[in-house]
Amino acid sequence: MPLSLLFYFAALIAVGSAILVVLNRNAVYSAIFLVLCFFSLAMIYLLLEAYFLAVLEIFIYAGAIMVLFLFVVMLLNLGREKALPHFMKFQRALSLMLVILFFFGVSLIMVVGSGELHQPTIKFSSGSVYALGEALFTKFLLPFEVASLLLLVALIGTVYLAKRKI
Amino acid sequence: MDLLGFIIILVKVLVVFAATMLTVLVMIYLERRVSAFMQGRLGPNRVGPQGLLQPIADGIKFMMKEDIVPAGADKPIFILAPAILLIPALMTFAVIPFGSDITLFGRQIPLQVADVNVGILYVLALTSIGVYGIVLAGWSSNSKYSLLGGLRSSAQLISYELAMGLAVVSIILLSGSLKLNDIVADQQGYLFSWNVFKQPLAFIIFLVAVYAETNRLPFDLSEAEQELVGGYHTEYSSIKFAMFFMAEYANMITAAALTVTLFFGGWDFPLVDESSLGILGTVLSVCSFILKMGFFLFLFIWVRWTFPRFRYDQLMKLGWKVMLPLALFNIFITAGYLTVRALV
Amino acid sequence: MIENYFPIFIVFIVAAGFTFVSLIMTHILGPRITNPVKLMPYESGVDPLAETRIRFSIRFFIIALLFIIFDIEIIFLYPWAVVFKDFLSFGSFIFFEMVIFLAILVFGYVYVWRNGALDWE
Repeated sequence: MPLSLLFYFAALIAVGSAILVVLNRNAVYSAIFLVLCFFSLAMIYLLLEAYFLAVLEIFIYAGAIMVLFLFVVMLLNLGREKALPHFMKFQRALSLMLVILFFFGVSLIMVVGSGELHQPTIKFSSGSVYALGEALFTKFLLPFEVASLLLLVALIGTVYLAKRKI
Repeated sequence: MDLLGFIIILVKVLVVFAATMLTVLVMIYLERRVSAFMQGRLGPNRVGPQGLLQPIADGIKFMMKEDIVPAGADKPIFILAPAILLIPALMTFAVIPFGSDITLFGRQIPLQVADVNVGILYVLALTSIGVYGIVLAGWSSNSKYSLLGGLRSSAQLISYELAMGLAVVSIILLSGSLKLNDIVADQQGYLFSWNVFKQPLAFIIFLVAVYAETNRLPFDLSEAEQELVGGYHTEYSSIKFAMFFMAEYANMITAAALTVTLFFGGWDFPLVDESSLGILGTVLSVCSFILKMGFFLFLFIWVRWTFPRFRYDQLMKLGWKVMLPLALFNIFITAGYLTVRALV
Repeated sequence: MIENYFPIFIVFIVAAGFTFVSLIMTHILGPRITNPVKLMPYESGVDPLAETRIRFSIRFFIIALLFIIFDIEIIFLYPWAVVFKDFLSFGSFIFFEMVIFLAILVFGYVYVWRNGALDWE
């Protein structure tokens, strides 16, 4: 099975769905295409043999965060939004410029660089969850504990939102 | 991968898929039949002997019915929603081992479609995708009942997913691996090595969460007939309507299989070493698995006619204020016990 | 390792194939006799009143927010649970690492509970 073929397939879906996220007028469609984008990213992670990260992408991003997005979109009733107002013109011009800059940068790398995609070196050939746990609870212990503080802040923020009774 | 390996995989995939669909049909039949007996009725008994062909007749009827998209509905999403719900439901069984290894054509074949190293997380991740089917079905139908049913159901699903995920953590603590194979191997031996005896609290939490996740009574608030008509699938007709039920039953099958795998030793038949018996051991292990799974599938029907439905605020209260702290407490106790045992 | 995921790819094709074939089949086989009343959303036999896609309770939004936070917490617990037994041979620090992590979150959980964000009126 040519794995690079699978990569291009996943990458194509990722880029295509990402573009559709931006271009769609209907926010619910945008959310669905973003979920599709996460799935193709998960597939790319799989091809990199980052199994835990692939599942995490689906579990957290597609399974949790996008559900919230969908709820928000439905809460705000954005489903039938009419065309965007004209004052977005400035943002449009700016984003176009950034896109051109980005493509220029990427093509520069492709032309000047080796032109070949680098194969990642796989450090842990088996049990990536184990390897992650090992690293997380020894070397990266402090970031791990700080993460819980971050989640605590998020919890407090949630309570604040709940209390405002929108 | 050689050709034989590919064919073996293909055969396994198709056999498991066919078995799942057959079980869905049998469950639909049994649900109606057993419900009828529990209520002193007869149930479907006209199509085929004892009404056994009734689910097939139902399936054909669903195919032939008009495919209605209500006015004002969001057509693409309306059509896609049942597919989003059904596809993950049919995919989750892939990682569950349903028998001990079998030796055929001179190679050892594990009776499991895919032995992935993220194991149980694969099931949990796919379960979390099912929410979209429900929420989108509710939103796209352009019906108030659908919208409320979809919202209720999705909030319920995400609430009980937490308790389910936490209950599984305490099992992982014991096995030290996410692979369902290792979890089964960990429970081999005598009867009391099954996780249900080591983790009774986790088992209860998991079982309750499973009933909420599959939208079954006493947690079927999203389709509470008396309040919300059909819930999120009120507006659906033809095979799309049937797909919601197929997804529900496929989820029930996976849930029963997962309960067996995590807490009842999987395909393990107590006090017998299956691997030493050769082909007989494999047959024994598959039978043992089906028997245990059958019991939990029957339990789904039994519970349905035993318990009354919860009220929605009670449901959320149970999920967030009882199940979540209990599951956390269970992890704390398990880890604490393991620590004390290792150090003393 | 990656070839272990290959069967899942096939399972996906079979599941998706079955789903879409039955969707197409019903589209072809079913009759198509529509009228405006049949297409009306069901509302207990009454003509639909007002807009359907109403704004709903903030509660659902809060639940989704809390869900994300606890989901992330759970995903941290899995690598921990996998390495737990092996790390115990180096002492009990692996246990207390998670106790600290969970203690901070339990504090937040109690705060959320006390402030009534978990109540459902």
